[in-house]
Amino acid sequence: MEPVIITEKLTKRFGSFIAANELTFEVNKGEIFGFLGANGAGKTTAMRMLCGLLTPSSGKATIAGFDVYKQTEKIKRKIGYMSQKFSLYDDLTVSENIRFYSGIYGMSYDQIRKKTAELLEELQLQSEAKTLVRSLPLGWKQKLAFSVSIAHDPDIVFLDEPTGGVDPVARRQFWDLIYHAADKGVTIFVTTHYMDEAEYCNRVSIMVDGVITALDSPSNLKQKYAAANMEDVFYELARKATRKAD
Amino acid sequence: MITISNISKTYNKGKVTALKDISLTVKRDELFGLIGPDGAGKTTLFRILTTLLLADKGTASVNDFDVVKDYRQIRNCVGYMPGKFSLYQDLTIAENLNFFATMFGTTLEENYELIKDIYQQIEPFKDRRAGQLSGGMKQKLGLCCALIHKPVVLFLDEPTTGVDVVSRREFWEMLKKLKGQGITILVSTAYMDEANLCDRIALIQKGEILSVNTPAKIIESFPEKLYAIKSTKSSGIFKLLKDTRNYPGIASCFAFGDSLHATFNNSSDKGLIKYLHDKGNADVSMETIVPGVEDCFIHLLKN
Repeated sequence: MEPVIITEKLTKRFGSFIAANELTFEVNKGEIFGFLGANGAGKTTAMRMLCGLLTPSSGKATIAGFDVYKQTEKIKRKIGYMSQKFSLYDDLTVSENIRFYSGIYGMSYDQIRKKTAELLEELQLQSEAKTLVRSLPLGWKQKLAFSVSIAHDPDIVFLDEPTGGVDPVARRQFWDLIYHAADKGVTIFVTTHYMDEAEYCNRVSIMVDGVITALDSPSNLKQKYAAANMEDVFYELARKATRKAD
Repeated sequence: MITISNISKTYNKGKVTALKDISLTVKRDELFGLIGPDGAGKTTLFRILTTLLLADKGTASVNDFDVVKDYRQIRNCVGYMPGKFSLYQDLTIAENLNFFATMFGTTLEENYELIKDIYQQIEPFKDRRAGQLSGGMKQKLGLCCALIHKPVVLFLDEPTTGVDVVSRREFWEMLKKLKGQGITILVSTAYMDEANLCDRIALIQKGEILSVNTPAKIIESFPEKLYAIKSTKSSGIFKLLKDTRNYPGIASCFAFGDSLHATFNNSSDKGLIKYLHDKGNADVSMETIVPGVEDCFIHLLKN
Protein backbone atom coordinates (compact mmCIF):
# COMPACT_ATOMS: atom_id res chain seq x y z
CA MET A 1 0.00 0.00 0.00
CA GLU A 2 1.32 3.34 -1.03
CA PRO A 3 0.04 6.30 1.02
CA VAL A 4 -0.70 9.46 -1.00
CA ILE A 5 -2.14 11.51 1.85
CA ILE A 6 -0.20 11.49 5.10
CA THR A 7 -1.11 13.77 7.99
CA GLU A 8 0.37 13.95 11.45
CA LYS A 9 -1.28 16.03 14.17
CA LEU A 10 -2.52 18.45 11.53
CA THR A 11 -4.18 21.36 13.34
CA LYS A 12 -5.90 24.61 12.41
CA ARG A 13 -6.75 27.29 14.96
CA PHE A 14 -8.78 30.42 14.33
CA GLY A 15 -7.95 32.53 17.39
CA SER A 16 -8.90 30.40 20.37
CA PHE A 17 -11.15 28.16 18.26
CA ILE A 18 -9.60 24.85 17.18
CA ALA A 19 -11.36 23.98 13.94
CA ALA A 20 -9.29 20.87 13.23
CA ASN A 21 -7.45 19.26 16.10
CA GLU A 22 -4.40 16.98 15.63
CA LEU A 23 -5.67 15.02 12.64
CA THR A 24 -3.49 11.96 12.00
CA PHE A 25 -4.32 9.58 9.17
CA GLU A 26 -3.14 8.10 5.89
CA VAL A 27 -5.00 7.47 2.66
CA ASN A 28 -3.65 4.94 0.16
CA LYS A 29 -3.39 5.13 -3.60
CA GLY A 30 -6.61 4.05 -5.29
CA GLU A 31 -8.52 4.06 -2.04
CA ILE A 32 -12.05 5.49 -1.68
CA PHE A 33 -11.89 7.38 1.59
CA GLY A 34 -15.10 8.75 3.13
CA PHE A 35 -14.54 11.87 5.21
CA LEU A 36 -17.65 12.20 7.36
CA GLY A 37 -18.71 14.57 10.08
CA ALA A 38 -21.63 16.67 11.30
CA ASN A 39 -22.13 20.22 10.01
CA GLY A 40 -19.49 22.32 11.69
CA ALA A 41 -17.24 19.41 12.68
CA GLY A 42 -14.28 20.87 10.78
CA LYS A 43 -14.41 18.89 7.52
CA THR A 44 -14.17 21.91 5.22
CA THR A 45 -11.22 23.35 7.16
CA ALA A 46 -9.40 20.01 6.99
CA MET A 47 -10.11 19.63 3.30
CA ARG A 48 -8.87 23.15 2.53
CA MET A 49 -5.59 22.38 4.28
CA LEU A 50 -5.18 19.16 2.30
CA CYS A 51 -5.82 21.01 -0.97
CA GLY A 52 -3.14 23.59 -0.19
CA LEU A 53 -5.67 26.41 0.18
CA LEU A 54 -5.21 27.03 3.89
CA THR A 55 -1.97 27.01 5.88
CA PRO A 56 -2.16 24.75 8.95
CA SER A 57 -1.38 26.15 12.40
CA SER A 58 0.71 23.11 13.35
CA GLY A 59 1.33 19.49 12.47
CA LYS A 60 2.53 17.91 9.25
CA ALA A 61 0.96 16.71 6.02
CA THR A 62 2.08 15.63 2.59
CA ILE A 63 -0.24 15.29 -0.38
CA ALA A 64 1.06 13.23 -3.31
CA GLY A 65 4.48 13.63 -1.75
CA PHE A 66 4.30 17.44 -1.45
CA ASP A 67 4.33 19.47 1.72
CA VAL A 68 1.19 21.45 2.64
CA TYR A 69 3.25 24.38 3.95
CA LYS A 70 5.83 24.87 1.23
CA GLN A 71 4.65 23.13 -1.93
CA THR A 72 1.01 24.14 -2.27
CA GLU A 73 1.30 25.00 -5.97
CA LYS A 74 2.68 21.53 -6.70
CA ILE A 75 -0.16 20.00 -4.69
CA LYS A 76 -2.76 21.87 -6.74
CA ARG A 77 -1.40 20.34 -9.96
CA LYS A 78 -1.69 16.83 -8.52
CA ILE A 79 -5.26 17.04 -7.26
CA GLY A 80 -8.76 17.50 -8.62
CA TYR A 81 -11.67 19.11 -6.80
CA MET A 82 -15.39 19.04 -7.21
CA SER A 83 -18.30 20.07 -5.00
CA GLN A 84 -22.04 20.25 -5.41
CA LYS A 85 -21.98 24.01 -4.95
CA PHE A 86 -19.14 24.81 -7.30
CA SER A 87 -18.35 22.69 -10.28
CA LEU A 88 -19.02 23.82 -13.85
CA TYR A 89 -19.82 27.12 -15.52
CA ASP A 90 -23.53 27.20 -16.38
CA ASP A 91 -23.08 29.65 -19.22
CA LEU A 92 -20.40 27.65 -21.03
CA THR A 93 -21.20 24.61 -23.14
CA VAL A 94 -20.19 21.07 -22.23
CA SER A 95 -17.07 21.10 -24.42
CA GLU A 96 -16.15 24.68 -23.41
CA ASN A 97 -16.16 23.60 -19.76
CA ILE A 98 -13.87 20.67 -20.53
CA ARG A 99 -11.55 22.95 -22.51
CA PHE A 100 -11.52 25.61 -19.80
CA TYR A 101 -10.66 23.28 -16.92
CA SER A 102 -8.13 21.25 -18.90
CA GLY A 103 -6.53 24.50 -20.05
CA ILE A 104 -6.19 25.73 -16.46
CA TYR A 105 -4.25 22.57 -15.67
CA GLY A 106 -1.88 23.31 -18.54
CA MET A 107 -2.93 20.57 -20.94
CA SER A 108 -1.95 21.15 -24.56
CA TYR A 109 -4.50 21.82 -27.29
CA ASP A 110 -3.96 18.33 -28.70
CA GLN A 111 -4.38 16.69 -25.32
CA ILE A 112 -7.52 18.69 -24.67
CA ARG A 113 -9.03 17.70 -28.02
CA LYS A 114 -8.31 14.05 -27.36
CA LYS A 115 -9.59 14.24 -23.80
CA THR A 116 -12.80 15.98 -24.86
CA ALA A 117 -13.65 13.24 -27.36
CA GLU A 118 -12.82 10.58 -24.80
CA LEU A 119 -14.92 12.14 -22.05
CA LEU A 120 -17.93 12.77 -24.27
CA GLU A 121 -17.90 9.18 -25.40
CA GLU A 122 -17.49 7.77 -21.90
CA LEU A 123 -20.44 9.82 -20.65
CA GLN A 124 -22.39 9.38 -23.91
CA LEU A 125 -22.74 13.13 -24.17
CA GLN A 126 -21.52 13.48 -27.78
CA SER A 127 -24.83 14.94 -28.91
CA GLU A 128 -24.72 17.50 -26.07
CA ALA A 129 -21.20 18.84 -26.69
CA LYS A 130 -22.57 22.23 -27.74
CA THR A 131 -25.31 22.39 -25.11
CA LEU A 132 -25.03 24.96 -22.33
CA VAL A 133 -24.34 23.21 -19.04
CA ARG A 134 -27.25 25.17 -17.53
CA SER A 135 -29.76 23.09 -19.45
CA LEU A 136 -28.38 19.66 -18.48
CA PRO A 137 -30.21 17.65 -15.80
CA LEU A 138 -28.42 17.82 -12.44
CA GLY A 139 -27.40 14.17 -12.53
CA TRP A 140 -25.58 14.62 -15.87
CA LYS A 141 -24.03 17.85 -14.70
CA GLN A 142 -22.53 16.15 -11.68
CA LYS A 143 -21.17 13.25 -13.72
CA LEU A 144 -19.62 15.69 -16.17
CA ALA A 145 -18.19 17.77 -13.31
CA PHE A 146 -16.55 14.70 -11.85
CA SER A 147 -15.06 13.66 -15.18
CA VAL A 148 -13.75 17.19 -15.71
CA SER A 149 -12.19 17.21 -12.24
CA ILE A 150 -10.08 14.18 -13.15
CA ALA A 151 -9.40 15.15 -16.78
CA HIS A 152 -5.81 16.16 -15.96
CA ASP A 153 -5.14 12.72 -14.41
CA PRO A 154 -4.65 13.87 -10.82
CA ASP A 155 -3.34 11.51 -8.13
CA ILE A 156 -6.15 12.49 -5.75
CA VAL A 157 -9.61 13.93 -6.25
CA PHE A 158 -11.48 15.73 -3.47
CA LEU A 159 -15.27 15.47 -3.69
CA ASP A 160 -17.26 17.70 -1.36
CA GLU A 161 -20.86 16.43 -1.14
CA PRO A 162 -20.91 15.60 -4.83
CA THR A 163 -24.34 13.94 -4.95
CA GLY A 164 -26.61 16.25 -2.91
CA GLY A 165 -30.10 16.40 -4.41
CA VAL A 166 -29.30 14.04 -7.29
CA ASP A 167 -31.95 11.41 -8.14
CA PRO A 168 -31.38 7.86 -6.87
CA VAL A 169 -30.43 6.35 -10.22
CA ALA A 170 -28.06 9.19 -11.18
CA ARG A 171 -26.53 9.04 -7.69
CA ARG A 172 -25.62 5.40 -8.27
CA GLN A 173 -24.30 6.08 -11.76
CA PHE A 174 -22.11 8.74 -10.19
CA TRP A 175 -20.66 6.13 -7.85
CA ASP A 176 -19.98 3.86 -10.83
CA LEU A 177 -17.71 6.63 -12.13
CA ILE A 178 -16.00 6.92 -8.75
CA TYR A 179 -15.29 3.19 -8.65
CA HIS A 180 -14.03 3.28 -12.20
CA ALA A 181 -11.59 6.09 -11.36
CA ALA A 182 -10.42 4.33 -8.19
CA ASP A 183 -9.82 1.15 -10.22
CA LYS A 184 -7.45 3.16 -12.40
CA GLY A 185 -5.52 4.24 -9.30
CA VAL A 186 -7.03 7.67 -8.57
CA THR A 187 -7.43 8.22 -4.84
CA ILE A 188 -10.93 9.41 -3.90
CA PHE A 189 -11.45 11.64 -0.86
CA VAL A 190 -15.20 12.19 -0.47
CA THR A 191 -17.64 13.83 1.93
CA THR A 192 -21.35 13.02 1.92
CA HIS A 193 -24.48 13.25 4.03
CA TYR A 194 -25.91 10.09 2.44
CA MET A 195 -24.96 7.32 4.81
CA ASP A 196 -25.59 4.56 2.27
CA GLU A 197 -22.73 6.14 0.30
CA ALA A 198 -20.49 5.84 3.33
CA GLU A 199 -20.87 2.07 2.89
CA TYR A 200 -19.37 2.31 -0.61
CA CYS A 201 -16.07 3.64 0.77
CA ASN A 202 -13.10 1.39 1.56
CA ARG A 203 -12.54 3.27 4.79
CA VAL A 204 -14.29 6.18 6.48
CA SER A 205 -13.35 8.66 9.16
CA ILE A 206 -15.90 10.43 11.34
CA MET A 207 -15.05 13.86 12.67
CA VAL A 208 -16.71 15.28 15.77
CA ASP A 209 -15.88 18.73 17.13
CA GLY A 210 -12.62 19.01 15.19
CA VAL A 211 -11.33 15.56 16.15
CA ILE A 212 -11.34 12.30 14.18
CA THR A 213 -13.19 10.00 16.58
CA ALA A 214 -13.40 6.92 14.35
CA LEU A 215 -11.49 5.62 11.36
CA ASP A 216 -11.94 2.17 9.87
CA SER A 217 -13.71 0.17 7.18
CA PRO A 218 -17.52 0.43 7.29
CA SER A 219 -17.86 -3.22 8.27
CA ASN A 220 -15.42 -2.89 11.18
CA LEU A 221 -17.13 0.28 12.40
CA LYS A 222 -20.55 -1.38 12.31
CA GLN A 223 -19.17 -4.28 14.31
CA LYS A 224 -17.43 -2.02 16.83
CA TYR A 225 -20.53 0.08 17.52
CA ALA A 226 -22.93 -2.88 17.19
CA ALA A 227 -24.86 -0.92 14.56
CA ALA A 228 -26.98 -2.19 11.68
CA ASN A 229 -25.72 0.44 9.25
CA MET A 230 -23.41 3.44 8.91
CA GLU A 231 -26.20 5.87 9.70
CA ASP A 232 -26.47 4.43 13.20
CA VAL A 233 -22.68 4.51 13.64
CA PHE A 234 -22.63 8.15 12.59
CA TYR A 235 -25.58 9.07 14.80
CA GLU A 236 -24.00 7.37 17.81
CA LEU A 237 -20.77 9.37 17.43
CA ALA A 238 -22.01 12.70 16.10
CA ARG A 239 -24.83 13.25 18.56
CA LYS A 240 -22.18 13.67 21.25
CA ALA A 241 -20.98 16.82 19.52
CA THR A 242 -21.16 19.94 21.65
CA ARG A 243 -20.04 22.43 19.04
CA LYS A 244 -22.76 24.06 16.93
CA ALA A 245 -21.04 26.68 14.78
CA ASP A 246 -20.09 26.01 11.18
CA MET B 1 -56.62 21.62 3.06
CA ILE B 2 -54.61 21.92 -0.14
CA THR B 3 -56.25 21.11 -3.48
CA ILE B 4 -54.26 21.12 -6.70
CA SER B 5 -56.10 20.51 -9.99
CA ASN B 6 -54.35 20.08 -13.31
CA ILE B 7 -51.60 22.58 -12.61
CA SER B 8 -49.04 23.12 -15.39
CA LYS B 9 -46.13 25.53 -15.47
CA THR B 10 -43.48 26.22 -18.07
CA TYR B 11 -40.52 28.60 -18.12
CA ASN B 12 -38.65 30.28 -20.97
CA LYS B 13 -41.75 30.87 -23.09
CA GLY B 14 -42.82 27.25 -22.89
CA LYS B 15 -39.42 25.74 -23.61
CA VAL B 16 -38.85 24.30 -20.15
CA THR B 17 -41.67 22.34 -18.53
CA ALA B 18 -41.58 22.52 -14.75
CA LEU B 19 -44.95 20.96 -13.93
CA LYS B 20 -47.13 18.79 -16.16
CA ASP B 21 -50.81 18.60 -15.27
CA ILE B 22 -50.36 17.98 -11.55
CA SER B 23 -53.35 17.09 -9.35
CA LEU B 24 -53.09 16.39 -5.65
CA THR B 25 -54.98 16.86 -2.37
CA VAL B 26 -53.49 17.24 1.07
CA LYS B 27 -55.85 16.60 3.97
CA ARG B 28 -56.20 18.66 7.12
CA ASP B 29 -53.51 17.91 9.73
CA GLU B 30 -51.60 15.72 7.33
CA LEU B 31 -47.80 15.58 7.16
CA PHE B 32 -47.43 15.26 3.41
CA GLY B 33 -44.09 14.66 1.69
CA LEU B 34 -43.14 15.70 -1.82
CA ILE B 35 -40.28 13.35 -2.65
CA GLY B 36 -38.06 13.88 -5.68
CA PRO B 37 -34.64 14.96 -6.87
CA ASP B 38 -33.51 18.49 -7.78
CA GLY B 39 -35.26 19.73 -10.87
CA ALA B 40 -38.40 17.62 -10.32
CA GLY B 41 -40.60 20.71 -9.93
CA LYS B 42 -41.01 20.73 -6.15
CA THR B 43 -40.04 24.37 -5.66
CA THR B 44 -42.25 25.54 -8.53
CA LEU B 45 -45.23 23.83 -6.92
CA PHE B 46 -44.42 25.44 -3.54
CA ARG B 47 -44.19 28.88 -5.14
CA ILE B 48 -47.54 28.45 -6.87
CA LEU B 49 -49.23 27.34 -3.65
CA THR B 50 -47.74 30.20 -1.65
CA THR B 51 -49.00 32.69 -4.31
CA LEU B 52 -45.50 33.74 -5.39
CA LEU B 53 -45.84 32.37 -8.92
CA LEU B 54 -48.76 32.00 -11.33
CA ALA B 55 -49.47 28.66 -12.98
CA ASP B 56 -49.97 28.53 -16.77
CA LYS B 57 -52.96 26.25 -16.41
CA GLY B 58 -55.05 24.67 -13.68
CA THR B 59 -56.33 25.79 -10.29
CA ALA B 60 -55.22 25.36 -6.70
CA SER B 61 -56.54 26.32 -3.29
CA VAL B 62 -55.08 26.43 0.19
CA ASN B 63 -57.38 26.45 3.21
CA ASP B 64 -60.29 26.97 0.76
CA PHE B 65 -58.72 30.13 -0.65
CA ASP B 66 -57.91 30.32 -4.35
CA VAL B 67 -54.20 30.86 -5.03
CA VAL B 68 -54.93 33.59 -7.60
CA LYS B 69 -58.02 35.45 -6.35
CA ASP B 70 -57.48 35.12 -2.61
CA TYR B 71 -53.73 35.50 -2.47
CA ARG B 72 -53.96 38.00 0.41
CA GLN B 73 -55.82 35.59 2.68
CA ILE B 74 -53.41 32.78 1.82
CA ARG B 75 -50.37 34.87 2.66
CA ASN B 76 -51.85 35.53 6.10
CA CYS B 77 -52.54 31.94 7.00
CA VAL B 78 -49.56 29.99 5.65
CA GLY B 79 -45.94 29.71 6.72
CA TYR B 80 -43.27 29.19 4.07
CA MET B 81 -39.67 28.18 4.55
CA PRO B 82 -37.91 28.34 1.17
CA GLY B 83 -35.09 25.97 0.29
CA LYS B 84 -32.64 28.82 0.07
CA PHE B 85 -32.01 30.55 3.42
CA SER B 86 -34.04 33.74 3.07
CA LEU B 87 -33.93 35.51 6.40
CA TYR B 88 -32.06 38.75 6.94
CA GLN B 89 -28.40 37.80 7.37
CA ASP B 90 -27.51 41.11 8.99
CA LEU B 91 -30.25 40.94 11.60
CA THR B 92 -29.85 38.89 14.76
CA ILE B 93 -32.01 35.89 15.64
CA ALA B 94 -34.21 38.02 17.91
CA GLU B 95 -34.49 40.82 15.33
CA ASN B 96 -35.51 38.42 12.56
CA LEU B 97 -38.19 36.89 14.75
CA ASN B 98 -39.54 40.28 15.81
CA PHE B 99 -39.53 41.45 12.22
CA PHE B 100 -41.63 38.54 11.01
CA ALA B 101 -43.95 38.73 14.03
CA THR B 102 -44.57 42.43 13.40
CA MET B 103 -45.20 41.84 9.69
CA PHE B 104 -48.03 39.50 10.63
CA GLY B 105 -49.36 41.79 13.36
CA THR B 106 -48.42 39.52 16.20
CA THR B 107 -45.69 39.20 18.84
CA LEU B 108 -43.19 36.58 19.90
CA GLU B 109 -45.04 36.23 23.22
CA GLU B 110 -48.46 35.62 21.66
CA ASN B 111 -47.50 32.36 19.94
CA TYR B 112 -44.52 31.46 22.11
CA GLU B 113 -45.97 28.05 23.03
CA LEU B 114 -45.87 26.97 19.39
CA ILE B 115 -42.20 27.71 18.82
CA LYS B 116 -40.95 27.26 22.38
CA ASP B 117 -39.28 23.86 21.88
CA ILE B 118 -37.44 25.00 18.79
CA TYR B 119 -36.66 28.54 19.91
CA GLN B 120 -35.14 27.43 23.21
CA GLN B 121 -32.42 25.60 21.28
CA ILE B 122 -31.25 28.79 19.59
CA GLU B 123 -32.15 31.30 22.33
CA PRO B 124 -28.62 31.33 23.83
CA PHE B 125 -27.46 32.85 20.53
CA LYS B 126 -30.33 35.29 20.05
CA ASP B 127 -28.01 38.29 19.67
CA ARG B 128 -25.98 36.62 16.95
CA ARG B 129 -26.54 37.68 13.35
CA ALA B 130 -28.36 35.15 11.21
CA GLY B 131 -25.54 35.18 8.65
CA GLN B 132 -23.17 33.79 11.26
CA LEU B 133 -25.25 30.78 12.28
CA SER B 134 -24.51 27.14 11.45
CA GLY B 135 -26.72 25.25 9.00
CA GLY B 136 -28.70 23.52 11.73
CA MET B 137 -29.32 26.77 13.61
CA LYS B 138 -30.38 28.66 10.47
CA GLN B 139 -32.86 25.91 9.80
CA LYS B 140 -34.33 26.21 13.30
CA LEU B 141 -34.58 29.98 13.03
CA GLY B 142 -36.22 29.64 9.62
CA LEU B 143 -38.79 27.30 11.09
CA CYS B 144 -39.49 29.69 14.00
CA CYS B 145 -40.01 32.61 11.59
CA ALA B 146 -42.36 30.51 9.42
CA LEU B 147 -44.40 29.58 12.52
CA ILE B 148 -44.48 32.90 14.35
CA HIS B 149 -47.99 33.85 13.13
CA LYS B 150 -49.46 30.41 13.88
CA PRO B 151 -50.14 29.37 10.27
CA VAL B 152 -52.70 26.67 9.45
CA VAL B 153 -50.52 25.31 6.63
CA LEU B 154 -46.75 25.09 6.71
CA PHE B 155 -44.72 24.79 3.49
CA LEU B 156 -41.17 23.51 3.96
CA ASP B 157 -39.04 23.33 0.82
CA GLU B 158 -36.13 20.92 1.31
CA PRO B 159 -35.51 21.86 4.94
CA THR B 160 -32.94 19.09 5.42
CA THR B 161 -30.79 19.42 2.30
CA GLY B 162 -27.09 19.52 3.18
CA VAL B 163 -27.90 18.88 6.83
CA ASP B 164 -26.18 16.06 8.75
CA VAL B 165 -27.89 12.94 10.03
CA VAL B 166 -28.17 14.16 13.62
CA SER B 167 -29.81 17.51 12.73
CA ARG B 168 -32.08 15.79 10.24
CA ARG B 169 -33.43 13.43 12.88
CA GLU B 170 -33.98 16.35 15.28
CA PHE B 171 -35.82 18.28 12.57
CA TRP B 172 -38.24 15.46 11.87
CA GLU B 173 -38.92 15.13 15.61
CA MET B 174 -39.94 18.80 15.57
CA LEU B 175 -42.26 18.25 12.61
CA LYS B 176 -44.00 15.38 14.35
CA LYS B 177 -44.69 17.62 17.35
CA LEU B 178 -46.05 20.43 15.16
CA LYS B 179 -48.37 18.05 13.38
CA GLY B 180 -50.05 17.30 16.71
CA GLN B 181 -50.91 20.99 17.06
CA GLY B 182 -53.32 21.34 14.15
CA ILE B 183 -50.87 22.43 11.46
CA THR B 184 -51.01 20.84 8.02
CA ILE B 185 -47.49 20.37 6.68
CA LEU B 186 -46.31 20.01 3.09
CA VAL B 187 -42.59 19.19 3.08
CA SER B 188 -40.28 18.37 0.20
CA THR B 189 -37.08 16.36 0.32
CA ALA B 190 -34.55 14.64 -1.90
CA TYR B 191 -33.78 12.13 0.88
CA MET B 192 -35.85 9.04 0.17
CA ASP B 193 -35.43 7.70 3.72
CA GLU B 194 -37.39 10.66 5.07
CA ALA B 195 -40.44 9.55 3.10
CA ASN B 196 -41.23 6.96 5.76
CA LEU B 197 -41.77 9.73 8.30
CA CYS B 198 -44.69 11.25 6.34
CA ASP B 199 -48.38 10.29 6.50
CA ARG B 200 -48.61 10.29 2.72
CA ILE B 201 -46.11 11.02 -0.02
CA ALA B 202 -46.06 11.97 -3.68
CA LEU B 203 -43.09 10.78 -5.73
CA ILE B 204 -42.30 13.47 -8.27
CA GLN B 205 -39.86 13.53 -11.20
CA LYS B 206 -39.54 15.87 -14.21
CA GLY B 207 -42.73 17.73 -13.37
CA GLU B 208 -44.88 14.64 -13.11
CA ILE B 209 -46.26 12.76 -10.16
CA LEU B 210 -45.26 9.12 -10.36
CA SER B 211 -47.30 7.91 -7.40
CA VAL B 212 -49.28 9.21 -4.40
CA ASN B 213 -49.99 7.09 -1.35
CA THR B 214 -48.93 6.23 2.18
CA PRO B 215 -45.32 5.04 2.33
CA ALA B 216 -46.57 1.57 3.31
CA LYS B 217 -48.93 1.35 0.32
CA ILE B 218 -46.25 2.57 -2.07
CA ILE B 219 -43.93 -0.15 -0.81
CA GLU B 220 -46.74 -2.74 -1.08
CA SER B 221 -47.27 -1.83 -4.72
CA PHE B 222 -43.69 -2.75 -5.67
CA PRO B 223 -44.54 -5.35 -8.29
CA GLU B 224 -41.52 -7.63 -8.18
CA LYS B 225 -39.66 -9.81 -5.75
CA LEU B 226 -36.65 -7.92 -4.45
CA TYR B 227 -33.43 -9.61 -3.36
CA ALA B 228 -30.50 -8.33 -1.33
CA ILE B 229 -27.14 -9.74 -2.37
CA LYS B 230 -24.13 -9.48 -0.10
CA SER B 231 -20.52 -10.56 -0.18
CA THR B 232 -18.41 -10.75 2.96
CA LYS B 233 -15.46 -9.32 1.11
CA SER B 234 -16.24 -5.74 1.96
CA SER B 235 -13.96 -4.13 -0.63
CA GLY B 236 -15.60 -5.99 -3.45
CA ILE B 237 -19.00 -4.33 -3.80
CA PHE B 238 -18.26 -2.74 -7.16
CA LYS B 239 -16.98 -6.01 -8.58
CA LEU B 240 -20.03 -7.75 -7.15
CA LEU B 241 -22.24 -5.14 -8.81
CA LYS B 242 -20.56 -5.52 -12.20
CA ASP B 243 -20.64 -9.32 -12.08
CA THR B 244 -24.28 -9.41 -10.98
CA ARG B 245 -25.31 -7.03 -13.76
CA ASN B 246 -23.65 -9.32 -16.29
CA TYR B 247 -25.70 -12.30 -15.14
CA PRO B 248 -28.27 -13.09 -17.86
CA GLY B 249 -31.31 -13.45 -15.54
CA ILE B 250 -30.95 -10.02 -13.87
CA ALA B 251 -33.65 -7.42 -14.56
CA SER B 252 -32.23 -4.64 -12.39
CA CYS B 253 -29.39 -4.29 -9.92
CA PHE B 254 -28.33 -1.29 -7.82
CA ALA B 255 -25.98 -0.77 -4.89
CA PHE B 256 -27.70 -0.03 -1.58
CA GLY B 257 -25.19 0.57 1.16
CA ASP B 258 -23.28 -2.65 1.84
CA SER B 259 -25.48 -4.84 -0.37
CA LEU B 260 -27.05 -4.96 -3.81
CA HIS B 261 -30.76 -4.84 -4.50
CA ALA B 262 -31.73 -6.91 -7.52
CA THR B 263 -34.75 -8.21 -9.36
CA PHE B 264 -34.79 -11.17 -11.74
CA ASN B 265 -36.54 -11.70 -15.05
CA ASN B 266 -37.84 -15.08 -13.93
CA SER B 267 -38.77 -14.70 -10.29
CA SER B 268 -36.26 -16.93 -8.48
CA ASP B 269 -32.76 -17.67 -9.57
CA LYS B 270 -30.53 -20.09 -7.71
CA GLY B 271 -27.80 -20.06 -10.34
CA LEU B 272 -26.64 -16.55 -9.49
CA ILE B 273 -24.76 -17.42 -6.31
CA LYS B 274 -22.69 -20.09 -8.03
CA TYR B 275 -22.08 -17.71 -10.93
CA LEU B 276 -20.82 -15.02 -8.56
CA HIS B 277 -18.61 -17.50 -6.68
CA ASP B 278 -17.08 -18.64 -9.94
CA LYS B 279 -16.31 -15.02 -10.75
CA GLY B 280 -14.32 -14.79 -7.52
CA ASN B 281 -16.72 -13.10 -5.09
CA ALA B 282 -16.29 -14.58 -1.62
CA ASP B 283 -19.17 -15.83 0.55
CA VAL B 284 -22.08 -14.46 -1.42
CA SER B 285 -25.47 -14.58 0.25
CA MET B 286 -28.89 -13.70 -1.12
CA GLU B 287 -32.24 -13.16 0.57
CA THR B 288 -35.62 -11.66 -0.30
CA ILE B 289 -36.27 -8.30 1.32
CA VAL B 290 -39.04 -5.73 1.72
CA PRO B 291 -38.32 -2.82 -0.63
CA GLY B 292 -37.87 0.74 0.63
CA VAL B 293 -39.25 3.94 -0.85
CA GLU B 294 -35.98 4.42 -2.76
CA ASP B 295 -36.41 1.01 -4.45
CA CYS B 296 -39.92 2.04 -5.49
CA PHE B 297 -38.69 5.37 -6.82
CA ILE B 298 -35.99 3.69 -8.90
CA HIS B 299 -38.54 1.23 -10.21
CA LEU B 300 -40.92 4.04 -11.21
CA LEU B 301 -38.09 6.00 -12.85
CA LYS B 302 -37.31 3.06 -15.10
CA ASN B 303 -40.86 2.86 -16.46
